[in-house]
Amino acid sequence: MVAENTTKNLSITLRVWRQAGPNQPGKFVDYQSKDLNPNMSFLEMLDVVNDELTLKGEEPIAFAHDCREGICGTCSATINGKAHGPGKGVATCQVYMRAFRDGDVITVEPFRAAAFPIIKDLIVDRSAFDKIQQAGGFITARTGSAPDANALPVPKGDADLAMDAAACIGCGACVAACKNASAMLFVAAKVSHFGLLPQGQAERDRRVLAMVSTMDALGFGNCTNQYECSAACPKLITHDFIARLNRDYLGATIRHAFKPEPAGADGGT
Amino acid sequence: MAQLDSKIPSGPLADKWRKHKTEIKLVNPANKRKYEIIVVGAGLAGSSAAATLAELGYRVKNFVFHDSPRRAHSIAAQGGINAAKNYQNDGDSVYRLFYDTIKGGDYRSREANVHRLAEVSVNIIDQCVAQGVPFAREYGGLLANRSFGGAQVSRTFYARGQTGQQLLLGAYSALSRMVGAGAVELHTQSEMLDLVIVGGQAKGIIARDLVTGAITSHAADAVVLATGGYGNVFNLSTYARGSNATAIWRAYKRGACFANPCYTQIHPTCIPVSGDYQSKLTLMSESLRNDGRIWVPKKKEDAKKDPNSIPEADRDYYLERMYPSFGNLAPRDIASRAAKRVCDEGRGAGASGLGVYLDFSDAIKRLGEAAVRERYGNLFDIYHEITAESGYQTPMRIYPAVHYTMGGLWVDYNLMSNVPGLFVLGEANFSDHGANRLGASALMQGLGDGYFVIPYTIGDYLAGQKPGSRPSTDSADFKAAEAGIRGMTNRFLDIKGKQPVSHFHKRLGKVMWDGCGMARTKATLEKALREIPPLREEFWASVLVPGSADTLNQSLEQAGRVADFLELGELLCLDALTREESCGGHFREEHQYPDGECKRDDEKFAHVAAWEFQGKDKAPLRNTEPLNYEFVKMSVRNYK
Repeated sequence: MVAENTTKNLSITLRVWRQAGPNQPGKFVDYQSKDLNPNMSFLEMLDVVNDELTLKGEEPIAFAHDCREGICGTCSATINGKAHGPGKGVATCQVYMRAFRDGDVITVEPFRAAAFPIIKDLIVDRSAFDKIQQAGGFITARTGSAPDANALPVPKGDADLAMDAAACIGCGACVAACKNASAMLFVAAKVSHFGLLPQGQAERDRRVLAMVSTMDALGFGNCTNQYECSAACPKLITHDFIARLNRDYLGATIRHAFKPEPAGADGGT
Repeated sequence: MAQLDSKIPSGPLADKWRKHKTEIKLVNPANKRKYEIIVVGAGLAGSSAAATLAELGYRVKNFVFHDSPRRAHSIAAQGGINAAKNYQNDGDSVYRLFYDTIKGGDYRSREANVHRLAEVSVNIIDQCVAQGVPFAREYGGLLANRSFGGAQVSRTFYARGQTGQQLLLGAYSALSRMVGAGAVELHTQSEMLDLVIVGGQAKGIIARDLVTGAITSHAADAVVLATGGYGNVFNLSTYARGSNATAIWRAYKRGACFANPCYTQIHPTCIPVSGDYQSKLTLMSESLRNDGRIWVPKKKEDAKKDPNSIPEADRDYYLERMYPSFGNLAPRDIASRAAKRVCDEGRGAGASGLGVYLDFSDAIKRLGEAAVRERYGNLFDIYHEITAESGYQTPMRIYPAVHYTMGGLWVDYNLMSNVPGLFVLGEANFSDHGANRLGASALMQGLGDGYFVIPYTIGDYLAGQKPGSRPSTDSADFKAAEAGIRGMTNRFLDIKGKQPVSHFHKRLGKVMWDGCGMARTKATLEKALREIPPLREEFWASVLVPGSADTLNQSLEQAGRVADFLELGELLCLDALTREESCGGHFREEHQYPDGECKRDDEKFAHVAAWEFQGKDKAPLRNTEPLNYEFVKMSVRNYK
C-alpha cells in the first residue's frame, strides 16, 4: 500500500559476484528476476532470488544484512560500481527497486579492499574496523566512576558536531569507495567525535596516534583527497573531519616527539 | 518442579537494593581473574556487562553472531532513554519513574526490580556522558529532555533519533577498550547453540563459528545470556532479520524457566506492510508522538481520500479524544489497540485500510519546518526512503507492528535464572516491564542490568564456586552437547525437502499474528495451537537447506532459528490461552471493560507464569511466582 504512486512491476538481470570462500576464485554469474514490485527493497529482491535459487537446488547468494533500516552497518554491497548503490545517504538495505528500470542489468559486488578480505559471495571481513576501535576508539570511563552528567556543560554546537561524526555506522563504504581503500573517514569520524567533547581530551593525543598507526598496520591506504568516501557514506559524514584528523594527528605527533612521557605513565592501567 | 525463589530483599522499597548490595558476597580482586565468564550477545546489556565485568578483573569471553559487537539490534532504538534526573524541574523522582513503569506494565512486574531500575537510571546517564555519548543539549551546554508515552514529565534523554546507536556505541567503545587490553576475548560470528549444564549448574556453551562451521565447546564459571527478545517468532516485526531466540530457547530446553512468553509488545507507530515479499517492518519512533497528532477520518468514505483534502472537522484525533490527559502519548499497548479498533471500523488510511495518519502540520505551523527537521529529520528521511512520500507535506501513515517482548527467561532479583550460574539480562529476561514496556525503558533496562546490576550480583554466585573448579570441555557433558548440535546440524541438511526455510517462517508468522497478535481470543489461540504442531512436523519433513555444514551457510543458520521459533510460538500461544485476563500487551477480547480497556484478574493472575520444559512431546509445566505488591496498590490503569 505504500506503493500507490508506483505500480508497474519490473524484471531485471542480476550480475552477482559469486565466490565460494576466502582465497577462492570468484566470478560474475547472471540471474534473471522477473515481476518485481518496485517498492520492494533491494535486499528483499535478493531474498526472492535466493528462494528461487534454493528451490532450483543451487546455493543462495550469501549477503550481509541485519537491521534492514540503515543503522546496524551490516549490509554492504557495491551496486553498479557504487558502494551501497544509487541514492545519497543510504545503506544497501535502504535501496528500493524503484531506483531501477525495467530491463536493467544490475551488477552486485562485495566491498572490495585488501583490508576487507572476502568471506563468501558478497560478505567481507570488516574486523579491521573493530581492531582500530580497540586500539584507542574510546574514552576511558570505568563503570561507576562518572561524575553527574550535567557537571560538565558541553556547548551545543560541539555536541551537535560530535553527533554528526558519531553517526558513523561502521559499514566500510568509505573504504570500498576509495581508490586507495583508505579508512580515513572512518577513523576521522571516531577521532572527531571524541576529540570534540571535553570528556575526550585526556586521551586525545594517544587516541589519534594509536588509531592511525593501527589503521596503517592493517593495510588501509592513504587519503589523496578525492572525497569518494563522504559521497558514498550512508550517513553523509563530511570529509571535513579528515582535515580535523590530520590536524589532531600532526599536533599529537609533534607533542609526542618533544614531550617526554612521564615515568610510569602506563603503570596504572 | 522448578524452585522459583525471587530472592527479593526485605525492608522498605527504597532501601532494598542498597541493603542487598551490602549483604551479597564479594569476590576479592586477586581471585576475580581466576573466574571465567561467558557473555552471549553484545547489545546494550551484553556489551555493558562484558566491559564492566572485565573492568572488575574477571576473564570474559564474549560471543556474538554478528560480525562486530556494534551491530546488535539495540543500535536501532531511536527515541531515547529514561532517567529520573529531574533536570527539567518538572517533579520527576525515582519514585515517579518507578510508579510510571509499574503502572505502564499493568501491575505485572516485580516492585523491587522496577524500583532498582529507576534508582540506577540516574547512574546510566552519568556513565554514558562520561563515555562521550553525544546526547542532545540545550544552548547552555546542559542535557536536553523530551517526553515519552506513559509519563507526564520530560525524563527522556536522546541523541537525535539514534539514541540506541549512540548508547550502544558507548558500550561498544568500553567493550573495545577491554578487548584491546586483552581482558575480553571476543568471538564474533559465533552463534551459541546450546547451554552446557554440569552438576546442575550452567558451566559453558556450545557455539558454531558461522564462517568456518566449526562447532566448539567453551567452559566458564558462569554464563550470561544477553541475547535479546523473541519477536521474530511473528516473522514480520521491527526486529533485525537476524534477531532470534535460539540462545534462550535452548537454555529453556536445558531447564531454565521461560516466564510470561505471551507478553509481547506491538508498537503503535510503524510503517505499514506493503506486500508479501516484505522482510521487516520499520519503526517510526514514539518520540514523534510528542509533536505529531494521530488521526483517522471520521467517516468511512473519506478513508481513501487524500488526507490533506479532509477538513479539520472531519478528522478524528482519536487518542486525544479518548485519552485527553495523555493524548497522543498514551502507552504503546493502548495506542496500538486504538489504531486497530479505528481500522477495524473501516476508517483506516491507505489501500489496505491498515494505517492511521501521523500528522505534523500543526507542529510545522507552531515550530516551523526547520525545528521539526532538527528534532525528527532522520525519521522523516527513513519514511521518505521507504514510501517515497514526504512527511512534511502529507501526513505519514503508520500501523502497529511487533516490536518487543516483555517475557523471557525467568530470573531472580540477582538476574540469575532457576539454573544456578545462568544469568539473563536485558530483553532476554522477563523481569522489569511486566505486561507492557513504556517507551525509552528498554535502553534503560539493558544498560542498568549490564553496568550496574550484574557486576554486583554475579559475585554473590561466584563467591560460592571454588576458583579453578570450572569443568574441562573434555568432560562428558560437553561432549554429549556438542554431539547433539552436530546431529541437529546434519539433520537439517539431510532432509533435502521442497521448501526454503523462509516459507515456514512466513507461515508461522501469519499463524502467530492472526492467533496471538494485538487481540487474542480463546478461539484464535486454540486455532493457532492446532496449526503450529503440523507446521513444525512439515518443517522437519520437508525443509530444504542447501549447502554444507563446514562453510558460511545462512540457510542453515536460519533453519536452526526457525526450528526454535516453531516451538516457542506454541508456548507463547499456550501461555496466552492460559492467562484468562487482559493485561498490557496481552489483550484477551473476552476480558475487557465496556470502553475496550484491559480487564485484569488480580485474584487469579497476579503472578508470573514460568514455564518449565518437561521433554520433547510432553506438555510444559506452568510454575507460578506470586506478585506481592507491598507498596503500590494494583488498580485499573487510567490514562484518560
